Amino acid sequence: MSGPSSMRTPLERVRGLGSAHTGTSDFWRQRLTAVAMTLLIVPVIVVVIMLIGRNHAGAAQILGSIPIAIILLLFIVASTWHMKIGMQVVIEDYIHNEKLKIASVMANNFFCVAVALASIYAILKLSSGV
Amino acid sequence: MVEFALPKNSKISGGKTWPKLAGATETREFRVYRWNPDDGKNPSVDTYYVDTRDCGPMVLDGLIWIKNHIDPTLTFRRSCREGVCGSCAMNIDGQNTLACTKSMHDVGAGGAVKVNPLPHQPVVKDLVPDLTNFYAQYASIEPWLKTTTPTPQKEWRQSHEDREKLDGLYECILCACCSTSCPSYWWNSERFLGPAALLQATRWVTDSRDEATGERLDNLEDPFRLYRCHTIMNCAKACPKGLNPSEAIAELKFKMVERQI
Repeated sequence: MSGPSSMRTPLERVRGLGSAHTGTSDFWRQRLTAVAMTLLIVPVIVVVIMLIGRNHAGAAQILGSIPIAIILLLFIVASTWHMKIGMQVVIEDYIHNEKLKIASVMANNFFCVAVALASIYAILKLSSGV
Repeated sequence: MVEFALPKNSKISGGKTWPKLAGATETREFRVYRWNPDDGKNPSVDTYYVDTRDCGPMVLDGLIWIKNHIDPTLTFRRSCREGVCGSCAMNIDGQNTLACTKSMHDVGAGGAVKVNPLPHQPVVKDLVPDLTNFYAQYASIEPWLKTTTPTPQKEWRQSHEDREKLDGLYECILCACCSTSCPSYWWNSERFLGPAALLQATRWVTDSRDEATGERLDNLEDPFRLYRCHTIMNCAKACPKGLNPSEAIAELKFKMVERQI
C-alpha cells in the first residue's frame, strides 16, 4: 500500500486493484459448515463416548457401522473446511505483508487438507476393518 | 503485521495541568489529548478544570469553554452543536461519540472527562483526525442515484413502502464514529470500506429508484471491501444517531448470497 506521502489520489488508493468479485462463496460455506456441525455435533459426541475405553477391535466394530462412519466423515469434512476458511480470515485480518500472507494461506490450505485426509483415511481404515 | 502498540512518535507522555480559574467553585476535570505537528514532541494529555456554573452541559460546551477561557490553542472541529453535522466526533471516556450531544454528567461517573481524537486515524492536531481515507471510501461507493432510463419530466417516483426501506440508512451524518470504532477497520482501513461507507452502500442498493444495484453489489463483492466485517457490532454501539451499520452490512451479505443461490 502507498504511504500517506504518495501522490496518488485518495480515491485511487481506495479503489486500488478493484473488487475481487469473490468472498461470497467462502461466506456461504462458512455458514453451511457451521450449520452442518451444529447438526452433527450431538451424534459425534455420542460416538466418541461409545469409543471411550474400547480397544482397537472394539473401535473398529463401532466404526464398521455405515451410518456412524458417515456421520464422522461428514463431521471431518465440515469441520476442516470451516477451520480452513476461519483461519484464512484470521490470516487476512492480521498479516499485511503480502509474501508472508500468501505463504500463510498456502500453509493453512496444506494443513487443513492434510488433517482432513489423515482423519478420513483413519476412519475408512477402521471401518473397513483392514 | 498488525500493530498492537502505538508507534514511537504516538506514545503519550506527560502533559500540563492548567490551574483552576480564580472564583471557579464548581469545576469538572477534563483530560484532553494534545498534539502539535509543529513542535516535534510526542502527544500529551493536558488537564483542565471547567467552571460548570459558567458553561453548558455538553462535553463540547466544556471544550469551547476551555478554548475561550484557558487555552486558545486547543484545536477541535465543531459546527452545528446539535448532532446534525458530525464535526465534533471524538472519543469521550473510551466511546466514540459526538461531543455536542454527550452530556458531561453522563461521563466518567463524576471523575475526569477523558477526551481523545477518533481512534486509529492520523491526527492533524489535538482532537482533529485526518479523515481523507474515510471520505474517499464514501466517494468510492458512488453515493448518488444512478439510472439508465431517461430522466422523467417530474420526479423519480417511489412507493411509501420502498421509501420506508431507507429509514435507518439515510440518517447517517458521516461522523466516522462507527468506522473508527471497528477493529476490522483499524487493521485493514486501506481495503475494508468500513461500516459508514457500507451503510451508505446499503442505502443506495436498497433505493428502489436506483438502477445500478447489480453493479453496486459487484463493486462491493470482495473479501476485504465487504467481508472484513465480522459482525463485531462496535459500530452499532458507537453510532450517535442510533443507526445499526452492522445490520445494514448483513443485508448486503444476504443480497450477495441471494443473487448466487
